[in-house]
Amino acid sequence: MSPAARNIALAIAILALATSAFFLQRSQVYLLSLCCVYVMATMGLNLTMGYAGQMSLGQAAFFGIGAYIDAILTTKLGVSFWVVIPIAAVACFFVGLALGFPALRVQHHYLAFATLGFNVLVYLVMRNEEALTGGTFGISNVPRPYLFTWSLDSERAYFWFTLAALVIVAILMRLLLRSPWGRAFAALRDNPIRAESLGINITAYTLLAFAIGAAYGGVGGVFYAGLVQYVEPSTFYFTTSLMMLLAVILGGSGRFFGPVIGTVIVILLPEVLRSSSSPALQFMQKWYLVAFGVALVVLMVWLPGGLLSIGDRRARKAAA
Amino acid sequence: MAEFLQLVVSGIATGAIYAVAALGFTLMWQAAGVINFAQGEFVMLPAFGMLMCIGVGMPLWLAFLVTCVAAALVLGYAFKRGIADPLIHHGVIPLVIATLGVSIAAKSFVRSGYSAMAQQFPSPFPEGVFHVAGVTVSFADAGTLVIAGAIVLSLQAFLNRTVTGRAMQAVAQNTESARVLGIDVSRMVLYVFVINALLACVAALLITPIYLAKFDMGETIGTKAFFAAIIGGFNQTRGALLGGVLIGVMENVVGYYLSPAYKEGVALVLFLLVILFRPEGILGRREERKV
Repeated sequence: MSPAARNIALAIAILALATSAFFLQRSQVYLLSLCCVYVMATMGLNLTMGYAGQMSLGQAAFFGIGAYIDAILTTKLGVSFWVVIPIAAVACFFVGLALGFPALRVQHHYLAFATLGFNVLVYLVMRNEEALTGGTFGISNVPRPYLFTWSLDSERAYFWFTLAALVIVAILMRLLLRSPWGRAFAALRDNPIRAESLGINITAYTLLAFAIGAAYGGVGGVFYAGLVQYVEPSTFYFTTSLMMLLAVILGGSGRFFGPVIGTVIVILLPEVLRSSSSPALQFMQKWYLVAFGVALVVLMVWLPGGLLSIGDRRARKAAA
Repeated sequence: MAEFLQLVVSGIATGAIYAVAALGFTLMWQAAGVINFAQGEFVMLPAFGMLMCIGVGMPLWLAFLVTCVAAALVLGYAFKRGIADPLIHHGVIPLVIATLGVSIAAKSFVRSGYSAMAQQFPSPFPEGVFHVAGVTVSFADAGTLVIAGAIVLSLQAFLNRTVTGRAMQAVAQNTESARVLGIDVSRMVLYVFVINALLACVAALLITPIYLAKFDMGETIGTKAFFAAIIGGFNQTRGALLGGVLIGVMENVVGYYLSPAYKEGVALVLFLLVILFRPEGILGRREERKV
């Protein structure tokens, strides 16, 4: 497919998705919004992991920081949602820098554990600092924003709003990846020492990729808080980070649409299993995480590039 | 002062358990280049293995031995052949993700198949306390310390004094040279995996009476084992011990004097400080990178 044809197909798909909201139930529209919100975060994680080659196990912490910034600023100080988005993005960017700086100076898998520990720490702060975060009760009645004078309170309106925001941040990500910066990210993932000898400052670029990925997580979190209108600590525990990581891997890390496919599977599959009445599917609901873990191992052994790499594998086999 | 010493003593005991789990971690990384994200679950699974053996009427010591054999086979041999061997050539990340998969599968398997509730676990040590210089020490803490210390010392003796142990170190330092010298690399790596599984069983025996057997008990232990390994120095066996004890003691001290709510954050802060100021770990040596 030529790039132009691909863009048109993509635009049609997005419009079809937006129109589908007219035919779906309220709860289904909510699930679609939830997918959009999580895709923002996994897209950021894909930059960190797929393009810059760093394992991060703390994306949910940034997602949570974004959500709490929105909840605290809008409910307690009455700050507008539109002001909160840049605040959350910048805050997460700098927290990402501060966390990534020590971890990225040394061996790269250290970042995985630093982010994991960081996620636990953020969770503890959310749970313990009751004056600020409401403790385990969380913060409820987080307001949804207005677009000029149009209220986004209805499920459908908020879905369109989130989808549009997702398209915008996705385009920004695409531009970033096409820029010389984005090329440098891929160069240092593929061979860090070679990239360094070509004059790319590895630490600076990886750090930047990680911090931008964190900012995407924060923006996703702001939209999450607006969608659910309630934040509480357990949502942002590191199991959520693992789920985001798996979504990226499952779809195919380092592929632009990998996180989209992975996130949709990871979010919708458990919902489908939960809502079904057939005994076979309900049995699956109990065991699906076991199957998921095993599937992940099998996927790694058999297809280390994720679902979207099936095509490549076929092509390689045909050539061989 | 007495209460401070009290905290230090019980912290050392907890830290010694972290160290046992961290040792396996260090060995796996050194000899096989494997970072095991399921290390915590490798401790959790034997805990439930022992519970099941006790459930069919075995005494604790027999349950422990049976579990050790099972762990050596499943968490040692099968893990190496089924997951580590095929993935080792793809670099670190696919293996990390596969071990994450193992961790998720193991946790959800125990939750769905056994129980989501925390289970009581019998202590291998008698109840009661004794007093040394004004400090009250429980038999459990003392016993934990003795066992963990004995294991670290005998493992170190094994690695430094025996031919097999030295061959394992050679594999860890330079796999290619080791192979040229006629060392059976694959066998040495297998030994490392089996030793790791056995260490996990010991850690399970020591920590489960304190923290109870629960499907997610491995999350804490796994991260702390890793932090302990880094803090002490990833390429040093003694480092794991130092790192584990340091975390155990600091957690107790911070939990008591500052805030019990942030006890779990201590290991992370220590870890960040170490990698900022001494990235090779407190006892570690610097390593060169290879292209």
